[in-house]
Amino acid sequence: MTELFRAENLTMQFGGLTAVSGFDLSLCRGEIVGLIGPNGAGKTTVFNMIAGYYTPSEGKILFEGKVLNGKKAHEITKLGIARTFQNIRLFPDLKVIENIMLAYHCRIRSSFFGAVFHFPLYRREEEEMMRKAMLLLNEVGLAESAEEQSSSLPYGKQRKLEIARALGTGPKLLLLDEPAAGMNPSETQELLDLILRLKEDFGLTILLIEHDMKFVMRICERIKVLDYGITIAEGTPLEIQKDPKVIEAYLGEVRTC
Amino acid sequence: MDFSFLAQQVINGISLGGLYGLIAVGYTLVYGILRLINFAHGDIMMIGCYFAFYGIFMFSLPWWASFLLAVILTAAAGILIDIGAYRPVRNAPRISALITAIGVSFLLENLGLVLFSGRPKAFYRPEFLSEIREIAGVRILDLNIWSFVLTLVLLGVILFIIHDTRTGRAMRCIAYDMETTKLMGVDVNRIIALTFAIGSAAAAAGGIMWAMRYPQINPLMGIIPGLKAFVAAVLGGIGNVTGAMLGGLLLGIIEILLVALRPDMAGYRDAIAFAILILILLFRPTGLMGQKLPD
Ligand SMILES: Nc1ncnc2c1ncn2[C@@H]1O[C@H](COP(=O)(O)OP(=O)(O)OP(=O)(O)O)[C@@H](O)[C@H]1O
Ligand SMILES: [Mg+2]
Repeated sequence: MTELFRAENLTMQFGGLTAVSGFDLSLCRGEIVGLIGPNGAGKTTVFNMIAGYYTPSEGKILFEGKVLNGKKAHEITKLGIARTFQNIRLFPDLKVIENIMLAYHCRIRSSFFGAVFHFPLYRREEEEMMRKAMLLLNEVGLAESAEEQSSSLPYGKQRKLEIARALGTGPKLLLLDEPAAGMNPSETQELLDLILRLKEDFGLTILLIEHDMKFVMRICERIKVLDYGITIAEGTPLEIQKDPKVIEAYLGEVRTC
Repeated sequence: MDFSFLAQQVINGISLGGLYGLIAVGYTLVYGILRLINFAHGDIMMIGCYFAFYGIFMFSLPWWASFLLAVILTAAAGILIDIGAYRPVRNAPRISALITAIGVSFLLENLGLVLFSGRPKAFYRPEFLSEIREIAGVRILDLNIWSFVLTLVLLGVILFIIHDTRTGRAMRCIAYDMETTKLMGVDVNRIIALTFAIGSAAAAAGGIMWAMRYPQINPLMGIIPGLKAFVAAVLGGIGNVTGAMLGGLLLGIIEILLVALRPDMAGYRDAIAFAILILILLFRPTGLMGQKLPD
């Protein structure tokens, strides 16, 4: 398997607080890797650095051999990294389908004047976008809701819409920040199947943050554990489950009593 | 007080207020997506008038070509101001951007004084717009009729751009959440520059119609309409394009009616606008058509 992504010695400081330090990660194409750790461990911060939302204080990020440091967020998206958010960040006033069409912006060519005068290229692209957006909605089972406002969707569907929107940007690497948060067991199961199916259909590599351990253990091939910004363990789900440092990080308080 | 007198005042108010509204649209567009009060907006309008003036009197262009070119050049000036002044402070605290806007405003005014001299210049008004017609006892200058029609057309175009084009969709997303929009792969800087272009073009169009009314221009001419348009934008609910237009119309009508009904109060004409601003900010800061602002 070839390497798609590599982070070397990523470090993020906020004033005096080191949220992430010396983070290394290599992802091969087609892998699903989990990033876990207690609250405030620095998981979301890792995503923010990869997506170009935060500028790392130190370290290097490589994607398909290209250095990402210094690139703008939208350029990184265009190169093929997309994400979802821990707290859903859809555009509530836009229709479901429009949320996805926005994601295609980075893949289109026609100009502003084309958009105003509805030149043929613009119209063709717009129709194409619409068609692709419908296909994506179909994939995640939201096709009937296409014309609804996204804020009117129930929570679980909003999570799926966020995933579909991320896919709209045409990613090779998908970053999922707690996709199962707030879902009940049957929804979680459905989501698990969905993610696995999307991974196959779109040839994705996935890095995933999740607190639901059962979910992580079942879906991920490899897991990295962060605690206070430091990587304390790495390995297969089985190894992680048995790792004393991980148990301590999660159950520290239980152990001390 | 008879009906035709009142009708006359309302018509006058509408024709003035339409221009406030058109200029206010630029304020509201920029505010909507950047949460920035672009205090230089009135001065951008002034720049547009000078472009139009020089096009006619220095380059002997036909008036329509000169006006059109002025609108395009002003749009370009709006982009340059965004790139040169506002983009560098985009991630700075909001107050920095506000102070930058005030700085740009002073810069343009003083640049105007240096380049164009402080002496007012007579502006061109095409012959056919100078006719006065009488409809049902109400006298209307042709210019005002055409201005109003053009204003409505431009408003329609801007609303169309916002609601029915891809660029507009991106604008609405930036207005709601700029960071997420970036992460969805949208080149936010490009969309913001386009927003400045649209707002500045509207200001130039409004300014040229404004200049034809009086018909003269000077480098400080943008200050009062700029402030009035700001009031109109707040009155209508800042961030809301239709609201800005309605706010402008309302402000124009109130102003003209005040002067007509109480000629002794005519001196307070400008004060009225600011009294309205204060009242709105105190009692309904989201304006007439404003929704709850995000964040
Ligand atoms: N922009 C910021 N400025 C200052 N501190 C920050 C910022 N972003 C994150 N932090 C801090 O960095 C640390 C790591 O936060 P992060 O959000 O990455 O944690 P997390 O592992 O995602 O936690 P959770 O499981 O609760 O989502 C926290 O202490 C947080 O307060
Ligand atoms: Mg987090």
